[in-house]
Amino acid sequence: MKSLTNILLVAPILLPFLSAIIMLSAWKKIKFQRVMNLFASGVAVMASLAIMQKVRADGILVLHVGGWQAPFGISIVIDLLSAIMVVITAVIAFVTAIYSIHTIDPEREAFGFYPLLQFLLMGINGAFITGDLFNLYVWFEVMLISSFVLIALGGRKDQLEGAIKYVTLNLLASAIFLAAAGIIYGLAGTLNMADLARKLPLLNNDTMLNLVSVMFLISFGIKSALFPFFFWLPASYHTPPAAVSAIFAGLLTKVGVYALIRVFTLIFTHDVNFTHTVLLVLAGLTMLSGVLGAATQMDFRRILSFHIISQIGYMIMGLALNSPLALAGGIFYIMHHVIVKTNLFFVSGMVNKFEGSYRLKSLGGVFKASPVLSLLFFIPAMSLAGIPPLSGFWAKFTVAKAGFDLEQYFIVGVSLLVGALTLYSMTKIWNEVFWKDKPDSIQNNNTKESWSSVKLYLPLAILSLITIIIGFNAEPFLNLAINAAHQLLNPQEYIKIVLGS
Amino acid sequence: MIVSVILKTATRYLIPLMLVFSFFLLLRGHNEPGGGFVGGLVAASAYALFAIANGVKPTQQMLRVKPLSLIVSGLLIAVLSGFAGIVYYGVFMKAFWFETKFPVIGKIGTPLIFDMGVYLLVLGISLKIIFSLFEEDEQ
Repeated sequence: MKSLTNILLVAPILLPFLSAIIMLSAWKKIKFQRVMNLFASGVAVMASLAIMQKVRADGILVLHVGGWQAPFGISIVIDLLSAIMVVITAVIAFVTAIYSIHTIDPEREAFGFYPLLQFLLMGINGAFITGDLFNLYVWFEVMLISSFVLIALGGRKDQLEGAIKYVTLNLLASAIFLAAAGIIYGLAGTLNMADLARKLPLLNNDTMLNLVSVMFLISFGIKSALFPFFFWLPASYHTPPAAVSAIFAGLLTKVGVYALIRVFTLIFTHDVNFTHTVLLVLAGLTMLSGVLGAATQMDFRRILSFHIISQIGYMIMGLALNSPLALAGGIFYIMHHVIVKTNLFFVSGMVNKFEGSYRLKSLGGVFKASPVLSLLFFIPAMSLAGIPPLSGFWAKFTVAKAGFDLEQYFIVGVSLLVGALTLYSMTKIWNEVFWKDKPDSIQNNNTKESWSSVKLYLPLAILSLITIIIGFNAEPFLNLAINAAHQLLNPQEYIKIVLGS
Repeated sequence: MIVSVILKTATRYLIPLMLVFSFFLLLRGHNEPGGGFVGGLVAASAYALFAIANGVKPTQQMLRVKPLSLIVSGLLIAVLSGFAGIVYYGVFMKAFWFETKFPVIGKIGTPLIFDMGVYLLVLGISLKIIFSLFEEDEQ
């Protein structure tokens, strides 16, 4: 029984890994890879739900890999936040698996799209469940290397341009992360997060800790596209195929946000006045610059990319306000945002597939061509803007309520303004792509049948349904987020369970 | 491509030495400098040397297996070695050692098997890169 749990705890890493190996061994059999990808993602969903169930029942789960006890070996630690992230990852991976079957072109499939996707998931999951700072770095690298290939796969000119920006900035972030991990190892002599949380307060060296915490902030800030490090994101996310940019948009920046939440609730709590004020200022600027950037864009996916940035600001705002409700709002925001943003990128890919463009000027008349797709855009778009009763409303409401409770009126004002501007961008897409007539100059070489293919709508419908479910039945999700926030803000339990004393 | 006779002849004697040395590094790696990664690199450099002296096609024929199969088997061996720990101790990747000592090799356990996986993986990936570069060059 015990060993079964132990296997379950490493399942988020092992499942994608094993399935990627099997797919590599069947390099030429594309059909088999598709089925395998779908199957592995389906199993991963079930495994992640089992983990979630177990964490809710038994509290924080720990596995000392290789049998080496906590500060010496690498521990896998799954608390509620990790479990939430693993479940979301599995769900997104599953819908992307369905979506990519019909949208990824044969050349990309032949060059290992599916194994790479699974390696990417392994990296993401690994980052979510590790309890060791250096191990976190390693998983970041696993994730980044797969994402480098995925973003450059296909090798079109604009794609390589985006890939170069993406790779350069992320390598820089990794280097800073590594340097910071080195410094912190020199300070405390350990890299186990729980052990760090115990030892760092004993150092009485706040100046040095502030310095290291800022290094972590910069490194994770680059990865999660915080102000002022966000410019690589809109420069690269619109170049790969829609399935890839959807999973990037949904998950990759959230790994950075997760790392920020983890590090700034567990390890760097020595000088909250300094660190969390910096975070709050950055959160406000991130929200504003993202949404204003989106207002000037005229490309479907670029608008969405800029909105990732502004939404990241809300999550960091939740973290920076540093109250249980605010943090819960931030976590709830992640749940909502991953689902909605992936869905919107899927829609953009569908529009491109049938209309052959991402540029708003050359699109139009999609509402007439496919009311279903318009509905499937309308739901996540309104959710993103925070219209009740969809999930985005509760996410924004929770964060704003926490801000009011703490009397941080200015940042709440900013967040509400950003919400209104988000609505402006979504309306712009709606008007240009769906509502207005198709420009006369653009030839429509599209056949009617293709719009009515049900299987293409399936992943979008699943995600829209989840958005609606979270919206109308927000309480259990919110309670989950609140419990996760309580766990994060009371790290004694985490430390005790990992170190065992 | 002009290749000197000296290099060709020397390669014939160097390759066995390099391969033996790579095994030596692999076996030594548990407690001393060495291990699967370095061993794999040395083995790959042996094949790279052969490719420089004799061209890519003969190297591929000598290797018999494709680099991709090396990558796959290396990954698989490394992962499966972790499962022995689950079977015997219920903990993933916990080291399982045979009691008896073997001559020359010493103690054998799952860490060695894991290292062999790493060896094959590094060898496979390096050769994949080297072969691709050579083939690009020939075109």
